[in-house]
Amino acid sequence: MNKKSFGNQLLAAPHVVWSVLFIVVPLFIMLYFAFTNADGGFTLENIQQIGLYKKAFGISILYAAIATVITLLLAYPMAYFMTKVNISSQRMLMMIVMIPMWMNFLIRTYSWITILANTGLINTFLGKLGIEPLKLINTPGAVILGMVYDFIPYMILPIYSVMSKIDKSLLEASEDLGSNAFNKFRRVILPLSRPGIISGITMVFVPSVSTFYISQKLGGNKTMLVGDVIEYFFNAGPDYYNVASAISMVLMIMILVCMVIMNRFSDDDSEGVII
Amino acid sequence: MKLLSRLYIALILFFLYAPVAVMIVFSFNSSSSVWVFEGFSTKWYEGLVYDTTMLTALEHTLIVAVLSALISTVLGTAAAVGILAIRKKVASSLVMSMTNIPMMNADIVTGISLMLLFIFMGNLLGLNESLGFITVLAAHITFNLPYVILSVMPKLRQTDANLVDAAMDLGCTPFKAFFKVILPSISTGIATGAIMAFTLSLDDFVISYFTCGKYQTLPIVIYNMTKKSVTPDTYALSTIIFFVVFLLLIFYNMLQSKSEKQASARKGRAK
Amino acid sequence: MKKEENIVQLKNISVAFDDQVILDDLSLDIKDKEFITFLGPSGCGKTTTLRLIAGFLEPDEGDVLFEGKKINGVPAYKRQVNTIFQRYALFPHLNVYENVAFGLRIKKMPENEIKAKVEEMLKLVNLSGLEKRHIDTLSGGQQQRVAIARAIANHPKVLLLDEPLAALDLKLRKDMQKELKKIQQQLGITFVFVTHDQEEALTMSDRVVVMDGGKIQQVGTPQDIYNEPENAFVADFIGESNILDGKMLKDYYVEFSGHRFDCLDKGFNTNEAVDVVVRPEDVDIVPVEKGMLTGVVTSVSFLGVHYEIIVDIGGFKWMIQTTDEHFVDDKVGLFIEPDAIHIMKKSKYSGLYGDYSSYSEEIDHLSDIIEED
Repeated sequence: MNKKSFGNQLLAAPHVVWSVLFIVVPLFIMLYFAFTNADGGFTLENIQQIGLYKKAFGISILYAAIATVITLLLAYPMAYFMTKVNISSQRMLMMIVMIPMWMNFLIRTYSWITILANTGLINTFLGKLGIEPLKLINTPGAVILGMVYDFIPYMILPIYSVMSKIDKSLLEASEDLGSNAFNKFRRVILPLSRPGIISGITMVFVPSVSTFYISQKLGGNKTMLVGDVIEYFFNAGPDYYNVASAISMVLMIMILVCMVIMNRFSDDDSEGVII
Repeated sequence: MKLLSRLYIALILFFLYAPVAVMIVFSFNSSSSVWVFEGFSTKWYEGLVYDTTMLTALEHTLIVAVLSALISTVLGTAAAVGILAIRKKVASSLVMSMTNIPMMNADIVTGISLMLLFIFMGNLLGLNESLGFITVLAAHITFNLPYVILSVMPKLRQTDANLVDAAMDLGCTPFKAFFKVILPSISTGIATGAIMAFTLSLDDFVISYFTCGKYQTLPIVIYNMTKKSVTPDTYALSTIIFFVVFLLLIFYNMLQSKSEKQASARKGRAK
Repeated sequence: MKKEENIVQLKNISVAFDDQVILDDLSLDIKDKEFITFLGPSGCGKTTTLRLIAGFLEPDEGDVLFEGKKINGVPAYKRQVNTIFQRYALFPHLNVYENVAFGLRIKKMPENEIKAKVEEMLKLVNLSGLEKRHIDTLSGGQQQRVAIARAIANHPKVLLLDEPLAALDLKLRKDMQKELKKIQQQLGITFVFVTHDQEEALTMSDRVVVMDGGKIQQVGTPQDIYNEPENAFVADFIGESNILDGKMLKDYYVEFSGHRFDCLDKGFNTNEAVDVVVRPEDVDIVPVEKGMLTGVVTSVSFLGVHYEIIVDIGGFKWMIQTTDEHFVDDKVGLFIEPDAIHIMKKSKYSGLYGDYSSYSEEIDHLSDIIEED
């Protein structure tokens, strides 16, 4: 009997029904809300209103992009150096990097308040040195720091897992063919680790651009990100669901477009690196 | 170079763990300050024991995590077998793309779309309270499913197609062959998927936030706590969660390395 | 013919996957207690035939009979045949003992009988003492033995073996060939063996079924297959052979390579075009004046037991195996006894297998390249 029997196919049926009901249908309901007013009549008003939140969209993308770049710059050497230690330490390191990832991001973000606050650890320390307290919390820098901190494991791990699978003989071959350390990195390691970079970028950018907690806690109320706008409207009551749906939809489409562009860069058809 | 790389690793780890350390230290503060450490005390932990909101939330979180992990593991394992059996490549990749949506989509969008669905259905059924236990459970199952499927599928692919044939050759019905042969050989994948689902569910805030209604889970309670003033009891709770996750991860890693060892042993001996 | 003599019968079997014909109107009787081998290149349909008998596959047309009864539609787990799979398909989550006991447990045999049976089987395949070992820790040869023990523990009337030795190295393969043959004789059951290795087929089998393109090309003893190939495909696939175009002048008299030879074949039409097979080891090299054919040696390779010599005769390159040494550019004569000549009817395979010119051509081509450099 073959694995590909008709009977086995039916096993996917409950999942397919579930996915249609709880993944596909909700997206269509969101679409419906986005194009109707509170009374259920068709309208383009919600979409037109999105212009009002240009700034939120702009800041979200800008902050998320900066955070993603910083994360990549910090994570790439980390992943590379991780592959250099011996195997059992690699396993350990991977776990150590993973633990904060599985911790609630509310808590992780929240701990930074203690460190960054005007009377927090850094300023207390500076005060003892006789230095004027710095304005750390409630700044764009703090928001970006929060994003970098919260999502950096999502960058390190995919890059590391791709890099650690690079066949050692390829590196030897490149040396054999005359590559110095720089060329070996640029012509072999970097191109081969690209799938990891791509999936890392996606895994950092998507939650960063749509976050609504980090900005509230570390950015004060000055910086409204898209996530904050959406949350605000949903808390404002059913009358505002339509606008919020429209914004969510635009956010989703934006992320989708970004991902399509990113996937263009990774021309391999692997299923991506999932941790 | 070696020293430099070690230093770099140490720095990144410091960056990752400094806030965690701060949190743990201040959870033992004897005063209610989260800025100045005034003395050691476990009073915040003791306080948690009497905090009924917290305990109820903990109960909710565990119920949702256990149930959603269980249901998504059963659904997802069956789905993995089913999806691999689909002959038409278009159909199977369509199902896979649909499966992956919650993993790729921003949590806030997933959360909101589900909330709209639940409210929509609640209105249809004429309920006053659309959101609650059932909805948060359904939401968790939904975002757990892709992770379960993606843990089980590679194991299924690795399983020798001849094993089912062999079992049937030796007298098993197809049904028996699945339970006696396939299930044991994908068991590590199933366990990994279940643990992942459980942890994700335990940890989820954004999607729960939009779908739980009055059925508050622990992350929601933490969120409400941090909205008000900042006190060490939040840190105490977080520290406990940290160690629970820590233990789960060690367990998860042990499973992973066990299955890797098996795989490499199998590979090493081929031929 | 008595009914019990044929344990498995295939009657006009056709199988197609996605419009591609895999088996084309195939019929075959498999006798009880014989060692029969399906031999052919990959894609010839031999494994498909095996899976039909095992019950993993149903024919689109035709019947499968077991002990004279039609068993189409009977699922694999109800058939009295067992299979040894290509890569053994041992259950990785069970140890050696549990693998062998698997089928017995399904049958709900009492525990003490299972124990006795498993021990007996492991003794038969020389694995006593490895009961508790994990499958992953066994060598390829040991895994092979576990697979054999697991299959025969169920007392099948027919054992199907799907290229079971393909993953083993040469030395081990030779040992296992002998051992399998021994086990088959000891158990007194039918073995249906599938392989693409002609040497393996010839050494082990009572009968060989040569297949290509979903059809049986020839069924016979190893000697029949080798000495009396039915067509050019069989002649080419089994051993080395010089296949020439010839003309049957009359019974026992054939013309090829511009010479007329006595032969032992008859029953063709006068002047019928035929394929002539001459095995390389059946040609004697003699001085030019004594030769029936004369030619020039174009290449010589030493293979230890004998030399392999290519001789150009009127543009056709013959392969000849001889223990005498000859040199390139020697003029030699060939002498062919009547019993060394085998005549075959023309078939769709005629003319597909050229002479041995590719040997020298490759070398010519290589030397050309070197000269260009």
